[in-house]
Parts: sequence; structure tokens; C-alpha cells
Amino acid sequence: MQALDVLLKGRNLARLLQGLWVTLSLSLAAIALSVALGLLVGMLMTMKNRAIRAFCRLWLETIRIVPQLVLLFLVYFGMAKAFDIQLSGEASAVIVFTFWGAGEMGDLVRGAVQSIPRHQTESANALGLTRGQVYRYVIIPQTVRRLIPQAINLATRMIKTTSLIMLIGVVEVLKVAQQIIDNARYDALQAAVGIYGVVFFLYFIVCWPISLAAGRLEKKWA
Amino acid sequence: MDWTFIQRFTPMYAEAALLTLRMGLTGIALSMAVGLLCCLAQHYRLPALRQIARAYIELARNTPLLVQLFFLYFGLPKVGVRLSSETCAVIGLTFLGGAYMAEAFRSGLEAVDKTQREAGECLGLTGLQNLRYVIFPQALATAVPAVCANVIFLTKETSVFSAVALADLMYVAKDLIGMYYKTDEALLMLVAAYLVLLLPISVVFSWLERRLRYAGFGRAA
Amino acid sequence: MANPLLEVRHISKGFDGTGVLEDVSLTVHEGEVLVVVGPSGCGKSTLLRCINGLERIDSGEILLRGKPITGEKRDLVAVRQKVGMVFQSYDLFPHMDVMGNLLLGPTKALRRPKAEVEAEAMAMLKRVGLEEKAHALPRTLSGGQKQRVALVRAMLMKPEMLLLDEITAALDPEMVREVLNVVLDLAKEGMTMAIVTHEMRFAEAVADRVIFLEGGVIVEEGAPAQFFHHPKTERARQFLNTFVYEAAKKQSENSADA
Repeated sequence: MQALDVLLKGRNLARLLQGLWVTLSLSLAAIALSVALGLLVGMLMTMKNRAIRAFCRLWLETIRIVPQLVLLFLVYFGMAKAFDIQLSGEASAVIVFTFWGAGEMGDLVRGAVQSIPRHQTESANALGLTRGQVYRYVIIPQTVRRLIPQAINLATRMIKTTSLIMLIGVVEVLKVAQQIIDNARYDALQAAVGIYGVVFFLYFIVCWPISLAAGRLEKKWA
Repeated sequence: MDWTFIQRFTPMYAEAALLTLRMGLTGIALSMAVGLLCCLAQHYRLPALRQIARAYIELARNTPLLVQLFFLYFGLPKVGVRLSSETCAVIGLTFLGGAYMAEAFRSGLEAVDKTQREAGECLGLTGLQNLRYVIFPQALATAVPAVCANVIFLTKETSVFSAVALADLMYVAKDLIGMYYKTDEALLMLVAAYLVLLLPISVVFSWLERRLRYAGFGRAA
Repeated sequence: MANPLLEVRHISKGFDGTGVLEDVSLTVHEGEVLVVVGPSGCGKSTLLRCINGLERIDSGEILLRGKPITGEKRDLVAVRQKVGMVFQSYDLFPHMDVMGNLLLGPTKALRRPKAEVEAEAMAMLKRVGLEEKAHALPRTLSGGQKQRVALVRAMLMKPEMLLLDEITAALDPEMVREVLNVVLDLAKEGMTMAIVTHEMRFAEAVADRVIFLEGGVIVEEGAPAQFFHHPKTERARQFLNTFVYEAAKKQSENSADA
């Protein structure tokens, strides 16, 4: 196993895991921001104000249609030119993924809120609950149950999409793998398959349990 | 904004867009075929094939396309398997898309009531007739929104093809930025090209979904 | 008596270790209407589903015109072309209009010419008062209308026998009658049927013979007049009493309203 030899040599494995940590920490930052903003955006989306709804709609359509890599290019290359600020790749990534994630999250919140049938509120009112109690005991628990599995799925999508940041020059797990392979190209040519295979499985090991959890919760709360 | 520059390089973008479209369509068509096979293997509980399908779906859905492509394009040649950029792109997209399509079809099949199958059986239909006339049409109608979402998702995913040296839209844009430093123009044309590709698909799909919902046969009762 | 059309011999059926049917035997003769009654969960529906091969039996055998039903796929398709079944939940195909629902079996399973079947279908729809609904989608029909369409769909296969599984249980009371009238009509014409129902009045009117099933075994069997008015077993008496009680309650409610 050439790949194993190369990985175990020097600090290669540690570097690879550091690269993975770059990917994960950037995704986590974007996910946290997206959830916080998304809850707000979701509220806005359920409001009756037409201007706000039209604006949200436009935002949502934009992130649904424009590929995330294009958005990354726009921010990373475009911002530098337009405002003369050189954003780092990392900052661009967090901006873009939050812009994308908050919109998607907002739509999930909207969907979850609107999926609660009206007679749920009515029957809660009929029990003599106050408005606050209706939200506390009836609406919010049901909304959260619908929301959490979908939000977790969104999180795995964001982690996977973070792999794109190597294309704007961030040194993350895939880039590190490339560097390791380049360094070893004279004495261990065939290591490439194994090392890219390892990166493949690293992503899988991170995302799979999360997907499984989402699936479980979805079944449990369906 | 340098309009003569834009004019000069529009044909280049058009060509790249056509390439993206061709790769995307091929990959999506193959994804549907793979997805259908996986879905049937699971639905009919075919021994071994069913487990393989499940494992493949989990693998493909939990890893990024970019990593899959790197493995195909930069990894495999080192052990003697040499694939062209185009082949890598189509294989990668099919690997990813097949899993998503399988899930979409599966949810469609699962949404068809068990009693519908029984009703078909009680009319003396054979298994295949039942599948063709009773179960598939209903499953497909339920699966349409998910399939449409997948088509858009996969078309967007084609944007990473540039990483394996395919001269697609991203590749052209990056090239122009590097060569002429015309960032604004290059990016503008990039966004415009993707809008031209994806906006019509998106509009047609939401129309299709609305139509299906209104014709919505939904549940019988 | 005419020839036995269906013979069920000592069949047993369990789900996950609990017996649902135990050593049940019965015979249905040509032109006969057999009604199966009993408390819910007694295995009535399972019995019908076993006859049509929707559930596999654990032991015993079922014979159609003296020929055992093997449960092989080919054989089952042939059996189902001869034995029609209608369910509580109608189970019309929601993606086809009424005519599409009616044509599917005869044109695909029996490979009969479409035009011919279409004419028959129209005539049958007319008989059940639904000719103007021929091209309506199922979801636009009322429950009673759906169930009449389901009956016509089964009849168009020209079955030798019909199995009706609580076909009025999901209907509003005012729609029960329009469906049961169709069934009474079929009985008059000599259609062989096995019917599971909770409508005791209807059961008495339509049945040639009644079977009372409880706990997966046949507790009593007899002519309707005898079973409904002079049941032989204590358990049948108790079962029938629950209906009397409900009727009495309704009466007292009605008089209270008045």
C-alpha cells in the first residue's frame, strides 16, 4: 500500500486531518450563521408584506439557480475588483455559504411553519390555551420536529459543498492531499488513488452519521 | 464594462455552455437509468444487489462530487486507468446523480398505497402489467418534484467540471480573468450563461409541478 | 343444490405467531350468497383475502371448481380473473378516469377488444346510475359513487364469483343504500358472492346462508332467518344483541329529540 506509506511518513496524516478541520470549521461557521439568520428569514417569509416576500423569493431563486461555485467566484474575484477589498478565500467561503444556507434554511422554516394545519391552532384555542401557550406547546414543537431532520440534511449538503473552496485557493483537505501526492510523485506514484480514496472516505465518515441521524429523526417524528 | 470584450468572447461562452449542457444531459440521463435500476433492486429486494445498491447510494450521497472527480481524474491514471476529462465528468455526475435519482424514485414507489397493488392484482393483472399501468404512473407523478429538483441540482454541480480540465463555463471564466484581468466582464457573462441554462429549466419545472399538483390525484380517499 | 364453486378446507392462517384463522372450512355453491359476520378482528377480512391469494394460507386448501389454488404466480393471476374482489377503501386507480378504471382489467388481463368492453362498461354504468360520470376522475366522486364504480369494475371481468370486503364500512349512512341496492340486484341475478359486512339488515336480506366467525373459528352457520332470529349459540346471541342495543339507543335518542 503506497498510499499508506506516504500518509504515515512525516506529518502527512496530521496535515491531511488539519485540512479536514479547515473544511469542517468553515462549514460549521457557515452552518451556525445560516441557522441563526435562517430562523429570522423564515419568519420574514411567512409575513404578509408583499415587498418582503418578493425580496425573499428573489433571493431564494438566485441561490437555487446560480451554482455555489459561481457565487464563490463572484465574491472572491468580483468583490476584490468592485470594492477593492481583497477577501481571503476563507472569508469568501463563509459569506457565500451563509448567503446560500440562510436562504435555504429560511425556506425550510417557512415550509415547516406553514405545514402545521390551522385546526391545530383552533383546537388548542378551544382548549382555552393562551396565544403564548399555543405557540409554546403546540406550534413550536411540531415545527421543530419537521424542521430538524431537514436542517440536518442541509448541514451535510453544506459540508460537502465546502469542498469547492479549494478552487478559490483555500488549503483544505483535498488541496493538502494534492500537495502530499505532488511531494511523493517521484517515489510513490501510485499513492494518488489511495490518498484521494482516503479523502473520499473522510468526507463519508463525517457526512454519513449525520445523514443517518437525519433519517432516523425523520422516521421517528413523521 | 467593456462591451466589445463581451462581444468578442460570447461565442467562447456559448461553446462552453453547450459543452456543459451536453455533459449535464448525458450524466442526468444515465443517472436516471442507474437510479431506476437501484430503486428496482431495492423494491424487489433482490439479494446482494439490494445491499450493493444501498451501499452505493450512501457512499455517493455523502461525498462531494469534486472529491469523486479527483479520484477518477487524478487518482486512477496513476494505476493505469486513463480517462478523458469528458468521461470523468460523465461518470462522476452519473455516480452522484444515480444515488439521488434512486432516492427520488423510491419515495415515489413508497407513496403508492399497498391497496393499489392489491386492487390491480384482483383484476387479474400480471405483475408487470400491474407495475406498468397501476403503480408506475402514480409513483412517477409523486416523484416528479424530487426528480426535477435533482435535475437542477445536477446541472449546477456540472460547474465543478473545470477542476478536471474540462473547458466548461467556469474554466472559460477563470481563463479570461487570468489572461485579460477583465474580472467584471468575465463574471457577468458567467452568471448570464448559467441563468440562460437554468432559468428556463426552473420555470418549466415549477409549471410542471403546479400542473401535477392541481391535476393532483393524491390519495384516493 | 348446485355444484360447489368454492371449497375452503381446513385452512389456518396466522400473523407473527398469533392465529387469525383456525381450521376454517366452508363451501359456496353456484348462485349462492354467503354472508360472513362477526366482531371486528375475528378474521373475516383475512378469510376473503386468503381466498383471493392476497394472503398465503399456512395450511389447508382452497378449491375453485374442484381445482386446488396453488398460490403460484401464474395460477393466482388466473384465479383472480375468475374471482373478483371489492374493498372497503374502493381502491380506484386515481390516475385514470372512471372508464380507464373499468377498461384496464378486461383489455389488459383478458385482452378483449376495447370497443366491445367500452359498450359493456357504459351499459353497466347506466344500470348503477353513473353513466354521466364515465369520464370523471375518481377524486371528484362521492364515496358511494366510487364504490359503485369499484363494483362495476369487478363485474366487467365477468367473474364467476365476487368477494365483497366490508364495502360499505367507509361510507356515510345515506350512501350505504345506493351501494347495497346494486349488490342486492346482483344477488337477484344469481351472482355467486361471499360478503363480509356489518350491515345486519342487509345481511339478512341478501344472504342465502350466514356464517358467524369469532376468534378465527366458525362458531355458527345457518340460514339467515334462523341465525338472525333464533341463533343457536350463546356467542352469536350476544353478538347480535350488540346491534339490538344500538338500535334501541338510537330509537330512544330519536324520541328524545322529538
